[in-house]
Amino acid sequence: MNFIVFHTARNAAVLAAIFLAQICGVSLAAPAPDVDAFPLKSDCPPSFMLVAENSCQLVSLYQRYSSPKGFGGLRNPLPDARSGFSPQEIDLGRYLFFDPLLSGDKKTSCAHCHHPDYGYADGRGMAMGFGGTGVGIDRAGGTEINRAAPTLWNVGFLRRYFWDWRATTLEAQAEGPLYSDVEMGNTPAQLEADINANEDYRRLFARAFGLTDDQSVEEGHIIRALVAFETSLVSLNSRYDRYAHGDHSALTAQEQAGHSIFRSFVARCSQCHTPPLFSNGELAVIGAPEPEGKAFDTGADAIFPGMKLTGAFKVPTLRNISRTAPYMHSGGLASLQDVVTFYNDERGHSLPEDVDAVIHWHIADPNLRKEEELALIAFLHTLEDETTAPVVPSSVPSGLPVVPVAATTLPKSKNK
Amino acid sequence: MKKVIFAVLISITAIVGSTQLWAATSAKVIAVRDGDSIQNAIREASPGDTILVYPGLYKETVYIDKNDITIRGVVEAGKWPVMDGEDVLNDGILVAGHGVTVDRFVIRRFKGNGIMTQGANNYKIINNIVEGDSVYGIFPQFSNNGLVADNVIWNVHDAAIYLGMCQNADVVRNDTFGSVMGIEIENSTNILVENNTVHDNSSGIQVTLLQGLPVKTANNTIVRRNFISDNNVPNFAPAGSAAAATPAGTGVVVFAADSTTIEGNIITGNDSAAIIMIDHDSSPNMRDPEMDPTPDDTKIYDNVYWNNANKPFGAVKDFLDTAKLKEAAEIILATQSKGGCIANRSSVRELGTQDFDECPAGATSLDVTTMQLAEPVPENNEQTQLNGEFAYQAICAGCHIYDGRMVGPPMRVIQAIYRGRPEAMAEWIANPTRKREDYPEMPPQNYLSEKDRLEVANYILNVLGKPRKLREAREDKE
Repeated sequence: MNFIVFHTARNAAVLAAIFLAQICGVSLAAPAPDVDAFPLKSDCPPSFMLVAENSCQLVSLYQRYSSPKGFGGLRNPLPDARSGFSPQEIDLGRYLFFDPLLSGDKKTSCAHCHHPDYGYADGRGMAMGFGGTGVGIDRAGGTEINRAAPTLWNVGFLRRYFWDWRATTLEAQAEGPLYSDVEMGNTPAQLEADINANEDYRRLFARAFGLTDDQSVEEGHIIRALVAFETSLVSLNSRYDRYAHGDHSALTAQEQAGHSIFRSFVARCSQCHTPPLFSNGELAVIGAPEPEGKAFDTGADAIFPGMKLTGAFKVPTLRNISRTAPYMHSGGLASLQDVVTFYNDERGHSLPEDVDAVIHWHIADPNLRKEEELALIAFLHTLEDETTAPVVPSSVPSGLPVVPVAATTLPKSKNK
Repeated sequence: MKKVIFAVLISITAIVGSTQLWAATSAKVIAVRDGDSIQNAIREASPGDTILVYPGLYKETVYIDKNDITIRGVVEAGKWPVMDGEDVLNDGILVAGHGVTVDRFVIRRFKGNGIMTQGANNYKIINNIVEGDSVYGIFPQFSNNGLVADNVIWNVHDAAIYLGMCQNADVVRNDTFGSVMGIEIENSTNILVENNTVHDNSSGIQVTLLQGLPVKTANNTIVRRNFISDNNVPNFAPAGSAAAATPAGTGVVVFAADSTTIEGNIITGNDSAAIIMIDHDSSPNMRDPEMDPTPDDTKIYDNVYWNNANKPFGAVKDFLDTAKLKEAAEIILATQSKGGCIANRSSVRELGTQDFDECPAGATSLDVTTMQLAEPVPENNEQTQLNGEFAYQAICAGCHIYDGRMVGPPMRVIQAIYRGRPEAMAEWIANPTRKREDYPEMPPQNYLSEKDRLEVANYILNVLGKPRKLREAREDKE
């Protein structure tokens, strides 16, 4: 009740300001006269529509299609997504995501390994968590984790998380890095204590979750806000999507040729990287190489022993794949050209001889010609869409430094 | 410059190479003759159109990404239109639009598939000759409500006809031979396989729940009144392929799929077994943590078995040897299974089917005459109406916000420009031009219908921004 009054009063003030600005013809891009250093948005992020009960529902042209859900083709609907969070939960999650307060070393935010400049991955082969400084390949001084940080784009559509499928909810996923010694190195008790000790966060959580003054913020609130923010990372407006919805001028002739190779039953990319998400979310053994000196990773076999899943990893999305080099579960392939070369070579060529792994049947020897490889790479670039990327907060409630985000940290793309 | 030449070439093709006949409706007929490109005709076509392909040699891959296209071969004095991939091109015809018919082509020597659909509902693939060398001959995938009928397919390195992750289809009156499998139904539901001739493959008809796919069940396939004979070719699928695990010398294989009905077939001369039921453990490939690995509820009604299981070989022989069984059998259950039954079982040589019941007298699947849907699957989801707000949030909001700069200019500014002129705005959306030096050109939204564009324009001009916020502000004050 308290929350509603507070929320409404604030809303009215903001709306009055907006109204005033509109009457005067002043653009709100200029800083609004806001008393609050950390305002929470009352509008949904792009690609979401505010519906009854203050919840944000995903809207996408793919929802208009009536085919069986999510298993490929051009005009097929999306699988069910996590959706329905409030604008305030999503926006609070944004502050948390960029705040190093969530880590044990008070240096590592989620965004250090899921960074806006690197397609919400980290630009590294293997991620570096606890104790590290810097971002991308310059990140140093911390513990290197033996797998790559995956992109968070469209993560709300997944039903299994981590390379080895070990979590089935976004909430369970979030707990992984938060409490891992080598990633963010925190504990639930420390996390709650830090958030509750921060006046700004107490106020923001009160606003987003309707907490009263004597109610403290709990772990579940923190994780829910993080999940809310993650589900807002939706990338479905690429040039490919325009082509799929019917604008056949959206792709060049070479890109269309690449699309056709992508979905052909020779390259068979689309068999596992099924549109519209460009992943079927399944486990597959492809036999990707490890970086030099790294031992073979048995993957999902550790989670599901005795199921011939040695070396199996989750099929990653190819959305924004041009932004997330290097590739595969541990960055064993540096560029999209290397990836295409890998698949175009003999099946199993990168597997160590002493490893007993069953390579997926779709890994064949497609024997693509050079111009087909180039067309395929050109097509992969058409899946790039970060137009709805959230605004990175310039400061966060803890006052700790936000991960640097700058054009200079953009990865050098070898394929453009 | 290249683009211009290309466009001119298409126009010349359209004028010189094709005769356009206008039907009573607005649907048109586009003729393609030897030397023309079928794909160019697809580019010209609109939903509802028919493309007639006259006899000739067509060395191209055809992609159909539009809805409601019929592409039909015209056979003249025994001469067919022939699509030839020369073992260089990837697929013959690849369909990703709904409501597409592919009728009467000879398709040969493609590296991938002869004819494939991907996520294409309401499809018809009829009267085609697929000469193989491909992975699959005819392969509808992720497609709902279809017909595969009267096709002849041979020399395919996997299944001549393969339905993958499909629902509601009839596979009827086809002739498949000389392939690893004649017909395979994979991870599909409600499929009728009837009146096909399936002979001289490694294995005849398979009903499969394949591991590692996003559709986790296979249900309710009826295999009925087919002629399944002499499927004794040693398995020649490439090593490592899914088909390489198929037991050769078999008439019907049920691999982990549930509720399969096998009725009224004539199953003769298959050297390893007439019918075999197997599970995921028998496969060299991964187990799927999310799938039930065994086939349940298999109904084996009355079939004619003759001269089967005389010389088991390959995987079936290995199974019999491992189990130290000297006698071969027409029906083999090589796994656990619940709910199965066999009719007239005293007449059949069985192995491992102790837990199967005798089917109830008179039990039959004949009341099911088709698995196709009575009405086509609608192309758009009727629950999701494209109103102006939906379109704005789904499309425009990717680049515009009401106030302030995103990829495109603020909608508040656009509102002012088009105030009272929604038609002009709807028109501009379809054919935008670059108006601002410091912004990129907007991509055309001409794939939206005129009505949809007008709805979004009206939403932008009349609803977006101020009025809604005022309304909310008023509610907030109350």
